[in-house]
Amino acid sequence: MSKEPVAVVGIGQTRHVAARRDVSIAGLVREAAGRALDDAELTWADVDAVVIGKAPDFFEGVMMPELYLADALGAVGKPMLRVHTAGSVGGSTALVAAGLVAARVHGTVLTLAFEKQSESNAMWGLSLPIPFQQPLLAGAGGFFAPHVRAYMRRSGAPDTVGALVAYKDRRNALKNPYAHLHEHDITLEKVVASPMLWDPIRYSETCPSSDGACAMVLTDRAGAARAPRPPAWLLGGAMRSEPTLFAGKDFVSPQAGKDCAADVYRQAGITDPRRDIDAAEIYVPFSWYEPMWLENLGFAAEGEGWKLTESGVTALDGDLPVNMSGGVLSTNPIGASGMIRFAEAALQVRGQAGAHQVDGARRVLGHAYGGGSQFFAMWLVGSAPPGS
Amino acid sequence: MPDVLSAPLVVEFPFTRSLGPVQSAFLTGLRERVVLGVRTTDDRTLVPPVEYDPVTAEEIRDLVEVTPTGTVTTWAWNHAPRRGQPLTTPFAWVLVRLDGADTALLHALDAPGPDAVRTGMRVRVRWAEERTGAITDIACFEPYDGEAGEPGATGKSVPAGGHSGVFGDPITGIVAPARLDYTYSPGRAQSAYIEALSARRTVGERCPSCRKVYVPPRGACPTCGVATAEQVEVGPRGTVTTFCIVNIKAKNLDIEVPYVYAHIALDGADLALHARIGGIPYDQVRMGLRVAPVWTEGARYPDHYRPTGEPDAAYETYKELL
Repeated sequence: MSKEPVAVVGIGQTRHVAARRDVSIAGLVREAAGRALDDAELTWADVDAVVIGKAPDFFEGVMMPELYLADALGAVGKPMLRVHTAGSVGGSTALVAAGLVAARVHGTVLTLAFEKQSESNAMWGLSLPIPFQQPLLAGAGGFFAPHVRAYMRRSGAPDTVGALVAYKDRRNALKNPYAHLHEHDITLEKVVASPMLWDPIRYSETCPSSDGACAMVLTDRAGAARAPRPPAWLLGGAMRSEPTLFAGKDFVSPQAGKDCAADVYRQAGITDPRRDIDAAEIYVPFSWYEPMWLENLGFAAEGEGWKLTESGVTALDGDLPVNMSGGVLSTNPIGASGMIRFAEAALQVRGQAGAHQVDGARRVLGHAYGGGSQFFAMWLVGSAPPGS
Repeated sequence: MPDVLSAPLVVEFPFTRSLGPVQSAFLTGLRERVVLGVRTTDDRTLVPPVEYDPVTAEEIRDLVEVTPTGTVTTWAWNHAPRRGQPLTTPFAWVLVRLDGADTALLHALDAPGPDAVRTGMRVRVRWAEERTGAITDIACFEPYDGEAGEPGATGKSVPAGGHSGVFGDPITGIVAPARLDYTYSPGRAQSAYIEALSARRTVGERCPSCRKVYVPPRGACPTCGVATAEQVEVGPRGTVTTFCIVNIKAKNLDIEVPYVYAHIALDGADLALHARIGGIPYDQVRMGLRVAPVWTEGARYPDHYRPTGEPDAAYETYKELL
């Protein structure tokens, strides 16, 4: 028996900001979930199950927050699942929800991911002191910056590319009312002049810390037929993982990322991603990860990704727009960040992306990664159902 | 085999909570010696109140005051109170259904012993002297012989109908300190590694299957999934494979910025470890730089690595070790 086609019929998110002191965690997730239901013109009673994700519990210090969020998400009396795969969790949460529909376990599933970073300190949560071990000497940016230098060495990319990515994404965010950072006076010169925190990563090339939630309503063919607005159809979705550190790990282009993309493309019948995919929303927390992931995802040959960025191919009006929403560089409620990528891909193929809509986007990739480039989750969504 | 190390590990953080409208009213009410519940769509009163109806999922905001007297619905005796618990002497954990409420609140009951506690017994709130807008504004419950709804508990009568939930100077956020006490053990392989470091030797383990040398050792190869036991001394010299220049001062680290944080492949190791580079201006550090550890008296790890003066390693020799 073939899989049930999966459609995204509702999308909702909060206006992401540094601190939402006006709402509890329940109030935050409720806002996104309510907007997704409104978009789908459904009620709580129409939802068969809830799949929720967030990053480590240490980030807010609420152990198993899904238990207390059941009533805020209308999950009382229904199945509720929690997913956790570090920073990729927003993506893997959506894929777990999609799997429930594809397997015909449930007809309509609400999936949601969130983070309320203002209630804690993610850096603290990620660097708990371990007895006998040397403390990490450099912080989150310091963990990733050496990999960026390795990419620059391997590809021969000019050192200007990172700033170009940051400038592009922050400008895209100006078109997205839900984005956290709206730097109206941003210029390339300002990005370049921003402090060099972890050389080669500048301040303006790093992601912010945000409070926010993102939700989607996924449903089957029958649900899609009743939907008030065009659905986004799942054409392929996959997850892969590998250890954070092992002998032979390629931090610049991890094998798990390549395998994950290949699986998605196989499912969707994509033979040339650069030609067959219209836009991509990829998880870029530090600017240089755009060219790195473009190569890892097969949009460019190894060592060539930076050329797509430099030549404007990844600009909003380019041939392969990347991070139309403004990306993680403009909005980062960590647990929700992956789902925001997936939701942006769906918004694009539904033609609902507003001022950051890519004209004629028919197939768009959503991508998330997490841990020390350890977990990968991706989906490809289309404006037409699979097989059509 | 050396002893396996172990040490206490305390994880604690003062988390903050934005309360939202319902919890804000509830905790501010406690400060004012008012216990608020919330009315559900099927006309039940939930204490403590919640923001969303557990049956219909509708947003609920209809606050109602209940009396500070109630009935124990179940309990458990706590023989040995721990740090941070409501009372320092043995007490009963109780679920109390306050008069006027349909659900029970978890709190502590001050009683002389378990024989003095029973399901169905009547209790009342003992308010804390100093109240700040927290659940601890209820110091605990205590046995009470009066009737339900009598004003005797606080000296105030309960208003009929709902409560506005509006108070002056409302509490909108609280600090919720969390603390976990662990005993941490790094296990056999790491213990042996640390033991060797005390003699300024770096000893990893080789995977019997893929032959890769892991430093620090983990006792197993993450790629092959097999145990590792063969010890291999590596270094002390190594090669800087990649690095960054840290320009922001990290909390709790007494290192002047800028400094170089590098991945170093020790000679004979199959993956890089991370350390600081010194003894060279930060802007002269480069990939391929040959380095050696610099120890300080009594330290468990090298303080930093310094250049050896050897010619730089060729990129081809370390490009798989970034």
